[in-house]
Amino acid sequence: MCVRRVPDTATRIKLAPDGKSILTSDAEFVINPYEEYSLEQGVQLKEKHGGEVTVLALGPEKSTSVILKALALGADRAIHLKSENFPDDPSAVARAIATELKSAEFDVLLFGKKGVDDDNQQVGSMVAELLGVPCITQIVKLEISDGKALAHREVEGGAIVVETTLPSAFTAEKDLTVPRYASLRELVAARKKPIRVKEPQPFPGMLEIVSVQYPPPRPPGRVLGKGVEAVPVLVKVLHEEAKVI
Amino acid sequence: MQGPILVFAESSGSEFRKSAFEAVTEARRLADLSKTEVHALSIGHRIRDQASSLGKFGADRVSVADDESLKLFQPDFYRQIALDLAKKINPGVILLPATSTGKDLAPRLAIHLNTVVATECTELEIRDDDLVATRPAYAGKVLLKVKMKGKPKVATLRPNVFTAKEKVPAINPPIEHLSFEKPTTKITMKEFVTHGAKKQDLTEAAVIVSGGRGMGGPENYKILEELASVMGGVVGASRASVDAGWRPHSDQVGQTGRTVSPTLYIACGISGAIQHRVGMINSKVIVAINKDPEAPIFGFADYGIVGDLFEVVPALTQEMKKYYGKN
Repeated sequence: MCVRRVPDTATRIKLAPDGKSILTSDAEFVINPYEEYSLEQGVQLKEKHGGEVTVLALGPEKSTSVILKALALGADRAIHLKSENFPDDPSAVARAIATELKSAEFDVLLFGKKGVDDDNQQVGSMVAELLGVPCITQIVKLEISDGKALAHREVEGGAIVVETTLPSAFTAEKDLTVPRYASLRELVAARKKPIRVKEPQPFPGMLEIVSVQYPPPRPPGRVLGKGVEAVPVLVKVLHEEAKVI
Repeated sequence: MQGPILVFAESSGSEFRKSAFEAVTEARRLADLSKTEVHALSIGHRIRDQASSLGKFGADRVSVADDESLKLFQPDFYRQIALDLAKKINPGVILLPATSTGKDLAPRLAIHLNTVVATECTELEIRDDDLVATRPAYAGKVLLKVKMKGKPKVATLRPNVFTAKEKVPAINPPIEHLSFEKPTTKITMKEFVTHGAKKQDLTEAAVIVSGGRGMGGPENYKILEELASVMGGVVGASRASVDAGWRPHSDQVGQTGRTVSPTLYIACGISGAIQHRVGMINSKVIVAINKDPEAPIFGFADYGIVGDLFEVVPALTQEMKKYYGKN
């Protein structure tokens, strides 16, 4: 089960002076929200079927905080592929994770559907493709029995019911589970759980950022009035001025 | 950028999606700039007869894989078909719609082709014979311009952002029928289940009527459903109302929900927190209805009405009925 550290979704993003990166020094960092759902799924599967949950994170020293959080939430052990300057690049990250997992044994491999920082939405299925295991993305439901998995994959206007055999990989959509909270006792106990730290296999980044900018601001709008009296005015401007109806 | 532009023309049932036409149109524009061809790929069931319609949007040639087993997106089957074609025609660029299918398929192709994906692009340009893609990150709080190393360059295009435009005169493209031999797979796509009566997805809707915490409870969304129905739109929701259990997550607009870009977005009882804002800021026109004149949403809505949504929304529904009755 893979987790990553991302700025909280309420964070305002600041651009770095080089115009090519983002300042994250004063952002508050959390576990990527989609991985809270997948982590909870992993822990629930363990509670129901037994087994062990290993959490894997690729990132700098500071990723330790999200690893400890994941251990407090029910993971048994962790692998930290520690690198301060690993390319922020989905194909490189996927290759490094797949290299690590090549010799690992697992029934279920869980990812969040995407990181809420770069929104690339690629790592989970790339890892699965590299390992040659089935991957079902954007799942909102997962049931395991007799070496098989039944998942609901969210798509436009509904969901597709998918069956696959284990081992398989899955990427979590928001509705998958309701994440639990860790108690203080669990947070303390997490510090005693094993974390294996090693360097990731290096891979070159394939995405090059040319520039980063804020989206252009919207031109200021206007309040048309109060209450139901403003309704005919609204319909008129939508038709005549905005020309959208 | 040597080689044709390969564009995945996604279908749903026996119809192409609007986002397929958008992607083909954009492929045509890029192909004209870099003097190359547009090769469209269609995968599905009973889509064969529609294939030539891609010529209207600028496809020079079309390859079709039509089989009952391809009715629903099956990652192993679709990946194999697209990869085989990509290896055969050696494209410089591969474009896909940023739909649930396109966003699943693109990274699978990219990793096997030793490249990477520019996800949910909102603009593409050719600079010095290279593709530069503009894509939102941090849910649109920033825009990145990215280049990709390796070939082909793979990009997914956010639906409703690029405009589908018919080419005059239309191209009558040669159609190649791909023989499809099922690879071994462990994945079985069993069935499609709907969330309810909703026909349109938020990301493809032209009109979205969205409700937030101000709705007060799940039963009150009826008034939004009525307004949406009169306008041919769909209902969306803020995170607060989804977390309260009033609406399903598939309705959520915002950073951990859908990013939408409809022609008209009507926000009812939504304060306009940044989490929500980033999911709908690219709507063409935003209307806010909120009883709090200080709500942040009035800071970025094009038109606002300060008032009780339980009075304003039904009045708007009546007014829209009158309007559509006349027009």
